[in-house]
Amino acid sequence: MATPTTRADGPEDTTTQDGRSSGGRGRTLAEKIWDAHVVRHGEGAEPDLLYIDLHLVHEVTSPQAFEGLRLAGRKVRRPDLTIATEDHNVPTVDTHLPIADPVSRTQVDTLRSNCEEFGVRLHPMGDTEQGIVHVIGPQLGLTQPGMTVVCGDSHTSTHGAFGAMAFGIGTSEVEHVLATQTLPLRPFKTMAVNVNGELRPGVTAKDIILAVIAKIGTGGGQGYVLEYRGSAIESLSMEARMTICNMSIEAGARAGMIAPDETTFRYLQARPHAPAGAQWDDAVAEWRALCTDPDAEFDVEVDIDASRLTPFVTWGTNPGQGLPLSESVPDPELIADETERFAAEKALSYMGLEAGTPLRDIAVDTVFLGSCTNGRIEDLRAAAEVLRGHKVAENVQMLVVPGSMRVREAAEAEGLDTVFLEAGAQWRQAGCSMCLGMNPDQLSPGERSASTSNRNFEGRQGEGGRTHLVSPLVAAATAVRGTLASPEDLTE
Amino acid sequence: MEAFTQHTGIGVPLRRSNVDTDQIIPAVYLKRVSRTGFEDGLFAAWRHDETFVLNQEAFRHGSVLVAGPDFGTGSSREHAVWALMNYGFRVVISARFADIFRGNAGKQGLLTAECEQSDVEQIWKILEHEPGTEVAVDLADMTVRAKDFVTTFTIDDYTRWRLMEGLDDIALTLRHAAEIDAFEGTRPAWKPTTTEAHAG
Repeated sequence: MATPTTRADGPEDTTTQDGRSSGGRGRTLAEKIWDAHVVRHGEGAEPDLLYIDLHLVHEVTSPQAFEGLRLAGRKVRRPDLTIATEDHNVPTVDTHLPIADPVSRTQVDTLRSNCEEFGVRLHPMGDTEQGIVHVIGPQLGLTQPGMTVVCGDSHTSTHGAFGAMAFGIGTSEVEHVLATQTLPLRPFKTMAVNVNGELRPGVTAKDIILAVIAKIGTGGGQGYVLEYRGSAIESLSMEARMTICNMSIEAGARAGMIAPDETTFRYLQARPHAPAGAQWDDAVAEWRALCTDPDAEFDVEVDIDASRLTPFVTWGTNPGQGLPLSESVPDPELIADETERFAAEKALSYMGLEAGTPLRDIAVDTVFLGSCTNGRIEDLRAAAEVLRGHKVAENVQMLVVPGSMRVREAAEAEGLDTVFLEAGAQWRQAGCSMCLGMNPDQLSPGERSASTSNRNFEGRQGEGGRTHLVSPLVAAATAVRGTLASPEDLTE
Repeated sequence: MEAFTQHTGIGVPLRRSNVDTDQIIPAVYLKRVSRTGFEDGLFAAWRHDETFVLNQEAFRHGSVLVAGPDFGTGSSREHAVWALMNYGFRVVISARFADIFRGNAGKQGLLTAECEQSDVEQIWKILEHEPGTEVAVDLADMTVRAKDFVTTFTIDDYTRWRLMEGLDDIALTLRHAAEIDAFEGTRPAWKPTTTEAHAG
């Protein structure tokens, strides 16, 4: 039987089993999940206290949180709702050896001793379940619809693809969740991002989200939870949906989410931590009610026509500075807003680009395929398909870094590693790698990359490095041609 | 956390928008396991540039940062707040802050004062005209003063109250431990745990 979602101390607007509001206006998906997790309603200016269903932990944002617990003599309240992995610092070669950088090693060792001391499950380097924190949660079936999921990492929004409320937190909040399994929070505003129409061949989830960010800007989502809706979203696989939700933070949003459907349930069924037997039926019955009511109102709505999208790339130093690949580097002189014009001038100077240069003429030194945005098996398959029968251009190095050891294993079972290696790409171990260059995988000053990751900030991939954000298809085509390209360019 | 009521210190004009957390402190500087010592990584890439504002003697000991809109976008790293505070900053003034950064700042006692962009421009002019000018920020009446220019800023009431009282969030939450227990009693049995696999 479905478990009622109404709580004794819940809001007046009670919920029936089909999820429809019984009075007042309907609720959005985000509001339903919020309401179902309120431990205590704040009085006056005080925030609500929200229960957290899953807490993901990694080595970079947790040491000071565990130290805080130790100093206050506190325990981890729910180690059974907490899981840790090593991802940001880990090398992607020679992983059987100790980490060479002593400071990185200390951080990883600190996570190990903290997990041991506080009883938290950890997947260390070399473990079959190790990988990027946002890849392993869904893979294990730990991320499920209707949950609240947090992690000391802004790309926690990835998990929203399952119809979960998932958001990044700072280290003080990590400590707060470890100690109390709750967070004091004020409700987010809601924004519907309606993406309708059919995507053209060669256009992917990455192109959708880059277009969304270019449209609403890097601050456009501040204070909002984005709900991606519409026929183009419904037709996407779970992995593609994760790519979209992952980059919600690049529009400034706290979270991004997609209502669960049959695609979600099919992905989850039989995963290690998914409900089984009769519990599966209970869970699915409850998950089916997780959608925005027809009479619910969003604070803001944005529309994107998927059928008009083409491969998208960034030219600047924030993810909102993007354009279709067919266009040219913009002229700052033509930007009316002074702040944006100034930002564009700075970006072009940092990127070493001249206004008017066709984006297709930009030559790259490095191609990075991986990250919590595009390091899943479907991403590797798509890139391998483009590379098959081609070679990576001379003077270009291509790094392929699977998002997890399971992804690596699956890719090897399909022979994708051979495709990458035969094309001249490097086949690495799992981790965050060149997305943020905390490990040795970094760009040198002035070096230019086409990267399937999520941020093109100054110095993100290494000091002085220049990043163009692209989809896995564009990454692979760019590796072959040596200049920003889409797979179509290889057949001309 | 130390209580915050008012602060007066040298204002630093940072004429940039979208100052993301990778620029505030690059990832390679995030490897320490303490909350101190992050000042070395603050604006690391820009500090190689002699003309960068913090490399100018008059601004070197600044404690009130006055930045362009969308300050603190990107990563959730609280290290960005620690780096600013370890360096000596107590206040950041901007027309718009990224949500996670603003939350992190509030937990650590770094005041994020939101002003109109036109006020930010006004303060920039004053600070650039006379480098080393002090900016006075009062959280009780929510005002910013630089020379004769006075304006108001906004901050949410709850964060303001916590900052002024110097209260620790965890201690506040633990007052409601009984309600957390009660809530946990209502969670469906099928909700996943990390310790027990059901299927697979």
